[in-house]
Amino acid sequence: MPHRQSLSTLGQMLRRREIGSEELVHHFADRIDKQQDLNAFITVDTDYALQQARTADQLLAGGNPPPLAGLPIAHKDIFCTQGMLTTCGSKMLANFLSPYDATVVRRLQDAGAVTLGKTNMDEFAMGSSSETSHFGPVHNPWNRDRVPGGSSGGSAAAVAARLVSAATGTDTGGSIRQPASFCGLTGLKPTYGRVSRYGMVAYASSLDQGGPITQTAEDAALMLQTMAGFDARDSTSLDAPVPDYAASLKQKLEGLRIGLVSEFFDPSLDPDINAHVREALSELEKLGAKLIDVSLPNSAAGIPCYYVIAPAEASSNLSRFDGVRYGHRSESYADLQALYENTRAEGFGAEVKRRILVGTYALSAGYYEAYYLKAQQVRRRIADDFSQALTVCDVLVGPTTPTTAFLLGEKTTNPVSMYLDDIFTITVNLAGLPALSLPVGFDPSGLPIGMQVIGNYLDEGTLLAIGHRFQEVTDWHLRVPGEVA
Amino acid sequence: MSISKDDVKRVAHLARIGIDSTEIDTYTADLDRILNLVEQMNKISTQGIEPLAHPQDMQLRLRADTVTETDQRALFQSIAPQTDQGHYLVPKVID
Repeated sequence: MPHRQSLSTLGQMLRRREIGSEELVHHFADRIDKQQDLNAFITVDTDYALQQARTADQLLAGGNPPPLAGLPIAHKDIFCTQGMLTTCGSKMLANFLSPYDATVVRRLQDAGAVTLGKTNMDEFAMGSSSETSHFGPVHNPWNRDRVPGGSSGGSAAAVAARLVSAATGTDTGGSIRQPASFCGLTGLKPTYGRVSRYGMVAYASSLDQGGPITQTAEDAALMLQTMAGFDARDSTSLDAPVPDYAASLKQKLEGLRIGLVSEFFDPSLDPDINAHVREALSELEKLGAKLIDVSLPNSAAGIPCYYVIAPAEASSNLSRFDGVRYGHRSESYADLQALYENTRAEGFGAEVKRRILVGTYALSAGYYEAYYLKAQQVRRRIADDFSQALTVCDVLVGPTTPTTAFLLGEKTTNPVSMYLDDIFTITVNLAGLPALSLPVGFDPSGLPIGMQVIGNYLDEGTLLAIGHRFQEVTDWHLRVPGEVA
Repeated sequence: MSISKDDVKRVAHLARIGIDSTEIDTYTADLDRILNLVEQMNKISTQGIEPLAHPQDMQLRLRADTVTETDQRALFQSIAPQTDQGHYLVPKVID
């Protein structure tokens, strides 16, 4: 069955003309239709996908097709797509038709990828469970009573259930890695600035970064090759050459220095997660890597620091939703003030409002130094910890998440309990480093466990090599939920 | 309580988010929990530490001062809630 193949394998099959893109689109559209209960998609446009597939099939028949010709993918609904709704999981943008494509969307399209649809997500990417979406919660394909993680939960659920071969996501505090971990997938958050943010609805601009959610590290390399690169339309885009990631996959791990972050393996860590991550590390040792103990002493301040910086940036970014230029506009208002207040009261959900309020508070007169300035100083100390650790080792490892997928509704009553789930991922965004989550096993109830590998700036190649070498000798990434078989 | 109901009302006004009187207690309690979490960062000494606003401490790029964008007003206004003769419409502000 084609859905059991990785993106890379499907690419080879398409090139050998063993299968056609149009046939793939029909196959995946049928799967999406039959698993609507997952609520992984907000928009599916099969007719448009078929149109793209026919073009791709012609390119494939003509020879010398672009790198992703005919491969069906999905975009997190945070990436602007011309001609297809971009809702960001919010009532505010429920009818928003972007007048332009995000750079990521454009690049993947130019590389021949076929967009099947847009995936569900936490509203404005604010959440770790994909439960804050205006379009209802996403379910985890491994256990439908559980969350798929968030905020890129629709992308992760769609790839895990093999409704699509790969998907894009965004990661501000763990939103690619945590859902990848909860759904048994490979998720890569690139270096800040590696992938263009142009056309990616902004949440916290100094932290947001787009990346792929895939079945394998090889697939992540394939996606990143097209997604990465300088974009003059993003003022923070890095003007650095993009290496050949397919070549990076072949890097040997002999002599690679892997730092075990002591703060990530403290005694309170779930014993199943600890055991599987350590088992994965011994596999990497067999491949020639050396383990070194390292410390990131200010890790515990990561979540507190993030919950000043991200809301502060969000309060500024989301001020653009005013009911005047695009998006929702309230029908009841007597004056301009009421138009703003009612539009934003109706258009935003509770979690988005909480973060805007926290950010506004932290930036308001008299509080700026105690909150925003302090958080920026703590951010420097966290980034310095990483720089220090990365002088004695090449990559850092730990679990991706403190628990496996939790129950739907389990953490919705207390927002802070949800925030704490990002403890291992959030500091990476504060420092702007790249990190990869890999599936390394299952807990006794059959839920996937993820391991996080953090690399140095622009060293995605080493992370992908670790992932690929590990996946050559293990089969965790090949396990699928029952319905997929 | 590190934040009062009046603080929440003031901040909601600054953020231009209408909050129902029935919601004030919930938002105050939630914000209080979040700010208590945030205050844990005070355990970290930051004396003399330069603030980090951006992961790469980068300078904004400069470009040549030439026109790069075309006029797309009609396209952009096609998705606006209310326009007239090329203008965005809002309630009357000045009498």
